[in-house]
Amino acid sequence: MPYQLIWLIFLLPVFSFLIISFLVRPFVKPESKVAGYLTIAAIIGSLVLSLRTLTAVLAASNHEIAVPNISWVVIGDLNISLGLMVDSLTAVMLVVVSTVSLMVQIYSQGYMKGDPGYHRYYAWMSLFTASMLGLVLADNLLQVFAFWELVGLCSYLLIGFWFHRPSAANAAKKAFIVTRLGDFGFLAAILLLFKHTGTFDIAQLHSLAVAGTLAGTTLTWSAIGIFSGAAGKSAQFPLHVWLPDAMEGPTPVSALIHAATMVAAGVFLVARTFPLFEHSAQALTTVAFIGAFTAIFAASMGLVMTDIKRVVAYSTISQLGYMMLGLATGGVAIGIFHLFNHAFFKALLFLGAGSVNHATGTFDMRLMGGLRKIMPWTSTTFLIAALSLAGIWPLSGFWSKDEILAAAYDKQPVLFYLAMITVAMTAFYIFRVFFLTFGGEYRGGSPEAHGHPHESPTVMVAPMVVLAVLAIFSGFWNVSGAFGAFMGHAETQGFVQGLFGIFIHSPLPLIALMVAILGIFLAYATYSAKWLSAEQIGRIFRPLYTLFYRKYWFDELYENIIVKIALLKGIFAGLQQIDTYGVDGIVNGLASTAIGGGRAIRRSQTGQLQLYGLFIGIGILAIILVIYVFG
Amino acid sequence: MNLPYLSLIVFLPVAGSILIALLGGGRERLVRYLAAIFTFVPLVASLGVFYRFDRSAGVTGLIQFEEKVAWINPLNAFYHLGVDGLSLPLVVLTTFLGFMVVLISWKEHLRVREFFAWLLLLETSILGVFSSLDLLLFFIFWEIEIIPMYFLISIWGAGRKEYSAIKYVIYTLSGSALMLAGIISLFLTTGSLSMVDLAQSRLAPVVTIIPQAVIFFLLLTGFAVKLPVVPLHTWLPDAHTDAPTAGSVMLAGALIKMGGYGMIRVTVSIFPQVARDYAPLLVTLAAISVLYGAAITLRQTDLKRLIAYSSVSHMGFVLLGIFALSQVSLTGAALQMVSHGLITGLLFAMAGLTMHNTGERDLRKLGGLARQIPIIAVVFSIAGLGGLGLPTTSGFAAEFLVFVGSFSSTMVNGIQLYTVLAVLGVVLAAGYILWMLQRTFYGPVLEQHNGTKDADIRERVYMFAFVALIMLVGIYPAILTDIIKLGISPIIRLLGV
Repeated sequence: MPYQLIWLIFLLPVFSFLIISFLVRPFVKPESKVAGYLTIAAIIGSLVLSLRTLTAVLAASNHEIAVPNISWVVIGDLNISLGLMVDSLTAVMLVVVSTVSLMVQIYSQGYMKGDPGYHRYYAWMSLFTASMLGLVLADNLLQVFAFWELVGLCSYLLIGFWFHRPSAANAAKKAFIVTRLGDFGFLAAILLLFKHTGTFDIAQLHSLAVAGTLAGTTLTWSAIGIFSGAAGKSAQFPLHVWLPDAMEGPTPVSALIHAATMVAAGVFLVARTFPLFEHSAQALTTVAFIGAFTAIFAASMGLVMTDIKRVVAYSTISQLGYMMLGLATGGVAIGIFHLFNHAFFKALLFLGAGSVNHATGTFDMRLMGGLRKIMPWTSTTFLIAALSLAGIWPLSGFWSKDEILAAAYDKQPVLFYLAMITVAMTAFYIFRVFFLTFGGEYRGGSPEAHGHPHESPTVMVAPMVVLAVLAIFSGFWNVSGAFGAFMGHAETQGFVQGLFGIFIHSPLPLIALMVAILGIFLAYATYSAKWLSAEQIGRIFRPLYTLFYRKYWFDELYENIIVKIALLKGIFAGLQQIDTYGVDGIVNGLASTAIGGGRAIRRSQTGQLQLYGLFIGIGILAIILVIYVFG
Repeated sequence: MNLPYLSLIVFLPVAGSILIALLGGGRERLVRYLAAIFTFVPLVASLGVFYRFDRSAGVTGLIQFEEKVAWINPLNAFYHLGVDGLSLPLVVLTTFLGFMVVLISWKEHLRVREFFAWLLLLETSILGVFSSLDLLLFFIFWEIEIIPMYFLISIWGAGRKEYSAIKYVIYTLSGSALMLAGIISLFLTTGSLSMVDLAQSRLAPVVTIIPQAVIFFLLLTGFAVKLPVVPLHTWLPDAHTDAPTAGSVMLAGALIKMGGYGMIRVTVSIFPQVARDYAPLLVTLAAISVLYGAAITLRQTDLKRLIAYSSVSHMGFVLLGIFALSQVSLTGAALQMVSHGLITGLLFAMAGLTMHNTGERDLRKLGGLARQIPIIAVVFSIAGLGGLGLPTTSGFAAEFLVFVGSFSSTMVNGIQLYTVLAVLGVVLAAGYILWMLQRTFYGPVLEQHNGTKDADIRERVYMFAFVALIMLVGIYPAILTDIIKLGISPIIRLLGV
């Protein structure tokens, strides 16, 4: 396919953003749906072209398409160009991003109907999709970084979409600043790599790392710097605090940006620069441990939240941790395969949560219940996504999670056990959501308050059904190892043999499946059958419950102790005092000294000629003395 | 085709200024249109110069559009104007801002004639600094600027305007006094005032009575006050805060760039060896300026004061780029000067507009304005994003070039540490910019600001011009870097790389 068409994948949503911003918003009445149609049309175009790219890359001998560069800035030895990197990783990401984006844009037609910011919403969604596609297409680190910041901006704008709510404005700011803290490391890594290699080009960096030219501490620090950027975007511990708050944005935004695509950009970045990690054992270990720890750490908080979106948000953090673990222990294919599957079922979970919110007007699960009868489509698709997330055979989540567990088992038993415990927790928390929301009886106060709960309109249900189909089948791509082979991992088996055979060659998949079913059963026992009392369990484990519920006090630590007290009231205030009373004090002091000095000297201006004569005499004497001594 | 373009560009504003001053009172409309014409023509002319500037590699470092007339023979002083890749972007920036501030001040009603007369004189003096190639001429233009600025702050300003104005004058004059001593020492030791000749002679054969380092620091102090460099910065927040909007835009946009420009053109070019020797000290000061400026910015609650302190931080990047002494870093520093001129110019313009339309400048009392003044909110946000260095704005392109140039510079030992510290300034920038935007525009709508006017057509025009340039330079920085690097290359050769 002509390479101009690949540029078009990124440019189409750029055009729809520009048209909406400059033509639609000022000149079209707010009720018009033209902004939505434009965005959807542009993204359909991107999706078609992405699929064509995928088939072209699949067909290409080395799974790569070469695209000529465009020179951007040339100063001396510095030569920065813009270009596209089109390989199997890019192709998969393009399809993921454009598919989920399309589904979310269609869904938003229903969800955002009647919102006064409808045009603004679609303008920013277009900009986001464009930036995200630009990010996965970029062929050098600087370009990655530029789009990386742009998706961060879109995330900021969309989290703060309802900016009149202080909580939304705060969450937006927090998201931007926390991720930027991570980006500081990313930028430093780019500078370090450039100093030692003189290039930003990813392919060149790959070959330098493989050749061993780029090695040692430089490589390790660069990899860790890149990972710090990735940890910020993918909300890995200890930069995870922004993602739960980001749920202040509209739910379709959470589905697209904070579940399927942007938060996965960190995983993508590590995969993109994987040869750098591969050649540094320390960097890989860091990624693996942070990933595994984040997985269990976030899952623990997901166990106790009462807000449906927050549970799913913690689940996202946890699953991103899995992906990092998969990358670090098993390589690109395993990490990205989970990203691929996760994008569909997690987006679906969010859209389901949005659909429930559309019906009940709340995200609080304590005010839900019994929605299965009222919302059959939402509840069925949500169930499929939940089963997939829990890792139930043969849904997509099962396949990718199993690979990660196997890879972790080979590398480091500790990581494996952390991941395995997380499997049970995952199954438990997501089915806790399912039973609280859809099972039992409706607990939502008076129905008049927000009307009777109802199933969402077709425009919202249809994308959920599409995603549900994907959540079932997307995992089949690697049943026979085809996905792995595409990503450069050679390990192939027959399809049917893999579908059932997976339980034969190792006991691990079966154990994982049992653990997941145990988690589901516990959730059922507690929240549906009520054999166990949730309150009683909560009381027994009171300290643990409080710890999880208060999110390990990380928000308090960061916002109050570090930012407010140590920085703003401590160091920064101290510097300000120094500035006012020290630096500027000297200036004002000099000025008043000059004025005071002037007053003093003025007294000598007596007007008496005798006195002046005396001074003149002394002066002449002094000059003569000087000449006599030094001359 | 040998029109003296530069003389026209430099002196048209002052011609307009005199014309306006000679007009009878009460003709405010005419005054405004005259001011617009006498700033618009230099803008067009400077764009013409920009367009016709020879970019071919063979002319690297050559001064173009040169005008040289004998002036004071005993002093060997010439009326010598010219532009190269370093000064041309700053000349264009100044003519652009000069025209913009006339539009920005369209609603000024206090002593309109005087106001515009001073404003135009100010533009001439800044343009003169950027296009002079003779140190005496340079110094005269440098000094003239103080007079209009003093009156602009003390008459049309706000708050403690008299204090700020006199502080500005004393600070600047103290710096200039040292600078003058430096120029005189330079003249006494070399007998030349030509910036071009002095740079080429490398001062090597000259027997200097006064050590080169002393002259270097005399000159540098004058420039450091203007840039400003911590700890010589405390005039800036007062002057910027209390100046009228147009004054703040000119101060932050063009005037403080004289400091950075002087550092490159005079101190680094004429004393390359001394610059190398003292570079570690100066990049340390740069990192301090960035972080210290940003830390104090985070504590501000006054809209304009916040932006003013952010300038201290952003000018730290310029200092870092200059004394990292690599081609990329110096190009980045020059680009950062233009970029900061556009971004902070727009920030001050938007702050002025917000304050004018709401009557409030205390961030703690603002809020929710995005609903009431959406256009100002969007443009203010874009300017803010430029300030925090978001890609696709000029701020990112410039800061990134400074960082990458400094980090890989081989001229200064340990520069990597200072660069990384400066990068941290960008994280803090995100903090104060987003805080400012949130406090001004987000949160619940406040009733007392209902009915606040949004930007009118004229205001939208200049906003759009600013935004378009910020994005243009951000998306395609080569439009400037291709010119700037022509001016930087000869300096790099002088540094002996």
